[in-house]
Amino acid sequence: MKNSLKEKFLSPSKQTYQESFGKIISSFCILIIIALVVSILGFVTTKGIDTFTQSKINVFDFLFGNVWSPSSTGANGKPEVGAAPMIVTSFTVTLISAAIATPFAIACAIFMTFIANNRGSRLLRSTIELLVGIPSVIYGYIGLTLVVPLVRSIYGGTGFGILAGAIVLFVMILPTVTSLTVDSIKSVPDYYIKASYGLGATRWQTIYKVVLKISLPGILTAVIFGMTRAFGEALAVQMVIGNSITMPTNLTTPASTLTSQLTTGIGNTIMGTLQNNALWSLALVLLFMSLFFNILIKIIGKRGAAKYES
Amino acid sequence: MGKILSTKNLRLYYGKSEALHGISLKFLDGEITALIGPSGCGKSTYLRCLNRMNDLLDNVTITGTIKLQGKDIYSPKMSKSEIRKKIGMVFQQPNPFPFSIYDNVAYGPRISGVKDKKVLDEIVETSLKKAAIWDEVKDDLKKNAVALSGGQQQRVCIARTLAVNPDVILLDEPTSALDPISSVKVESTLMDIKKDYNIILVTHNMQQASRISDKTAFMLNGRLIEFDKTEKMFLNPENKITSDYLNGRFG
Repeated sequence: MKNSLKEKFLSPSKQTYQESFGKIISSFCILIIIALVVSILGFVTTKGIDTFTQSKINVFDFLFGNVWSPSSTGANGKPEVGAAPMIVTSFTVTLISAAIATPFAIACAIFMTFIANNRGSRLLRSTIELLVGIPSVIYGYIGLTLVVPLVRSIYGGTGFGILAGAIVLFVMILPTVTSLTVDSIKSVPDYYIKASYGLGATRWQTIYKVVLKISLPGILTAVIFGMTRAFGEALAVQMVIGNSITMPTNLTTPASTLTSQLTTGIGNTIMGTLQNNALWSLALVLLFMSLFFNILIKIIGKRGAAKYES
Repeated sequence: MGKILSTKNLRLYYGKSEALHGISLKFLDGEITALIGPSGCGKSTYLRCLNRMNDLLDNVTITGTIKLQGKDIYSPKMSKSEIRKKIGMVFQQPNPFPFSIYDNVAYGPRISGVKDKKVLDEIVETSLKKAAIWDEVKDDLKKNAVALSGGQQQRVCIARTLAVNPDVILLDEPTSALDPISSVKVESTLMDIKKDYNIILVTHNMQQASRISDKTAFMLNGRLIEFDKTEKMFLNPENKITSDYLNGRFG
């Protein structure tokens, strides 16, 4: 009797087995995901640096060169793969769409959390969430049939260009930015709001001086999430931007972003050639930018958290 | 002495159920009035009626009158924010904004439109002095108020309320989240400032009520059972229920 009790206490219980079983399964899944990320990074990197190692293209020529023509030879005897026009266009489109989307998103979020009653806020929320589910080709098509002619009729020219791209992207990132902003505003503790009202602040003063101030790191994160999405969006942008690889001089002439050039070009080049490798280099730039945005989000999130804990 | 706050036959309904059954009380300037009673007796609900904080909740109906200096604070002509500037509130959980100590205290004056740096500096200093925390924080006004200890945070909150220059200060169990030493400091702060204000204090702590209040109101199940001078109430209560509660027979 005594022995069996001792055995029972010394041998691992059923729960211990379940625990280690669960640990094995989850570590296995995590390993697969890590392997996936590492191999994507590795693949894009090896492909992307071929342009610089095999074809001996200077990295600075690539990043700052203005002419993109991988199949012809330039003045220095090397193919022209200047990606600067696409990098500039990508940033411009992203910044403009985020700049338009941010005030709309904040206004929607404030309306949903402070002004609308429950039903109105639910209606608005589901409308905005519906926007997420629409495939990007539909956005591109709507942009093509509505936004491009509108820009054309106002500013002349073809209508294709950065402005049309930014407007389409604005609608596409609005739901992301809005719902993250709502989350950030809702996470402002109720006792700060009560304290503000208790000191005689009006609703607007409370929103402006307390709620927005405290949720600022969260709102910034939301905007950067939106920018990440705008930077990476390919199809819809490709349909409205005009796909002309020139350094943009204004917002209403055709241009091309990194992503739109990738989608346009990748099917028309042969694996292993410079034309193909140069596209992979563009992909590498995109990847680094996403990484950069992600790090930015982490830093802002940490700063915001430090404010509460200090 | 024009800072008298009084309620007459105050009833409050959550939906259709009546939570406060007609409470009439009068609070005088220069006194601390303690509201005591077991949990759920309605004392905090009653307190929140006094500066219209219950307006923030849905589905609350209030009848009866609450008058500050003879003016009905629920009349449609009164602005809520003006009332809350006159009747300040300190909450149970210390809740300074996650801003600097200076910005916390200057919040009230700033929303009232004070912009002059000199005036703000002076308001911040006198308010912190009145709340007996100036000596502890004067070298560090730029420090985030959230980094202070709980007791210091609560005194910053009192200073923040004083900075609006209210007539009445409502305190909802201001020391229940604090350790005994911090509680004593907050209590002595209240004793120091009471001559200039009309202070109404909800407390669970009967010793606290007997230590610092001039008058005490005992509430039970949404009714006012007894209201009298604190000394009389604790030594010789009129009502048997009051005596039972004060002697710890229930609650």
